[in-house]
Amino acid sequence: MTPILEGKGLVKRYGRVTALDNCDFDLMPGEILAVIGDNGAGKSTLIKAVSGAVAPDAGEVFLEGAPVRFHSPIDARNAGIETVYQTLAMSPALSIADNMFMGRELRKPGFRGSILRQLDRSTMERIAREKLSELGLMTIQNINQAVETLSGGQRQGVAVARAAAFGSKVIILDEPTAALGVKESRRVLDLIQDVRARGIPIILISHNMPHVFEVADRIHVHRLGKRICVVDPKACTMSDAVALMTGAMEPNEIAA
Amino acid sequence: MSASDNYEAASAGASDRVAEFEDTRRGPVQKFHHALHQTPSLVPLIVLVLSIAVFGVLLGSKFFSPFALTLILQQVQIVGIVGAAQSLVILTAGIDLSVGAIMVLSSVVMGQFTFRYGLPPEVAIAAGLMCGTLMGFINGFLVARMKLPPFIVTLGMWQIVLATNFLYSANETIRSQEIATSAPLLQLFGTKFNIAGAVFTVGVIFMVLLVLILAYVLRHTAWGRHVYAVGDDPEAAELSGVNVTRTLITVYMLSGLICAFAGWALIGRIGSVSPTSGQLANIESITAVVIGGISLFGGRGSILGMLFGALIVGVFSLGLRLLGADAQWTYLLIGVLIILAVAVDQWIRKVAA
Repeated sequence: MTPILEGKGLVKRYGRVTALDNCDFDLMPGEILAVIGDNGAGKSTLIKAVSGAVAPDAGEVFLEGAPVRFHSPIDARNAGIETVYQTLAMSPALSIADNMFMGRELRKPGFRGSILRQLDRSTMERIAREKLSELGLMTIQNINQAVETLSGGQRQGVAVARAAAFGSKVIILDEPTAALGVKESRRVLDLIQDVRARGIPIILISHNMPHVFEVADRIHVHRLGKRICVVDPKACTMSDAVALMTGAMEPNEIAA
Repeated sequence: MSASDNYEAASAGASDRVAEFEDTRRGPVQKFHHALHQTPSLVPLIVLVLSIAVFGVLLGSKFFSPFALTLILQQVQIVGIVGAAQSLVILTAGIDLSVGAIMVLSSVVMGQFTFRYGLPPEVAIAAGLMCGTLMGFINGFLVARMKLPPFIVTLGMWQIVLATNFLYSANETIRSQEIATSAPLLQLFGTKFNIAGAVFTVGVIFMVLLVLILAYVLRHTAWGRHVYAVGDDPEAAELSGVNVTRTLITVYMLSGLICAFAGWALIGRIGSVSPTSGQLANIESITAVVIGGISLFGGRGSILGMLFGALIVGVFSLGLRLLGADAQWTYLLIGVLIILAVAVDQWIRKVAA
């Protein structure tokens, strides 16, 4: 089976710091792949390299077996890869609907859209509201509220809803439950499984071991800028995974 | 999973109500604050209406006449047009110090192309408009591609464009009568018409239409939303799929084009083509933008506010002059207004509501 998204020999240096050191990566169709690693292990850089936010210094990225070169997140998005960044990437002064449709606005049909370039506000607001209630993550009264008036958890919910609504090939979630309470985290985990049920694979970066072990099909363990091993969550324990990512245990000790 | 992993079940019996926004603390102050947060041009509008009312009471029909009120419009038309260009740039969290210089150079190009090279005025005007757009493109390229700070780029361009203007025109003024006889199209924006004592010029109509069109574009098109997103947080805009470089370059190009139109309107306003005119346009446009409630930090404010800001300055200037006050009082009060406007902006940005 060809991986849907694959990275080979990725290298990224920031000055004298090597964030990615000849790193390999693969995501199989329909799976949830968790990426775990210590702080500074290079997880975020890996994700940025496969989602177009940074250009790797060396190495190649393949989407469905074909080599791709993303020059910007827009390229990756157009190819069907949606990412929820840790920083959430939202414009605080703009509304929820504006943010969800940023960069892919819908225009009114007919003359008002083609000549006057008028945005179709009501449709965008309706879809945004539907997506948010699908997620059931929050009670937002007004879809035209500025994002800066939302709480951290609500903002995260909007960002996840945006990715889930538009991702067609791959969805990448960088710490999607970090700012969420217990119930909200549960909804995001349910959503992740819903998305997989629709056949869309997910990359989940998280420090939360119970969440990772609950939803992941495979776990990519990242350490010192490269993948040191991939483990099966059913065949290993959380403490093994933590030992691997911190270097307390060598991968071959559990390779069997 | 072990039993300890079942912590989520503990919340099973809890109410499903999550955060709800019960408006319990909604005193008049909070309501006002919320309204300002939603509609940032409200403050300058209130100040404008109040100042017209105060001067109207103090001066009576001398001020409160169609003639005097439309005179204000004529006096602010150049600042209003340049202010529209400045608003676009400031909404992207930039600043354009070269607006006045671009305006003057464009007007000089229009005049010199007509009179030095004998080109038809239509061609000369098109060349002037292209010249302004090109200057804007250089600004935009340096800001967006070379990632230089807008303040520095436009400070440099201000000097470069102004010097080019003096070198190219040889500091020579083209007289009003000459223009009126051989190329009246250059003075088009000065064409006046009377409606019941109120005097309008093409330049005034152009300013109002320009602001209304830009208000529509900023609010109802994707490009307009991108301008706000870029000013708000360029990195977030880039990650969420906005082409930040292209947005910035088009903003500066449009700003240059609008400045060139201001140059055309300037010929209509003063009659002649003078390389020494419009020297204060950059400062005056920034003043209008700031009083109009557009945040210098970008991403907040509306272009209508800028128009109100320009009109406030116009009302104060004319009102104080008619009262016989020293012109320095106008500058003093405008200084106070600028600081007050920024203080109000800071207060609005505190999203306590």
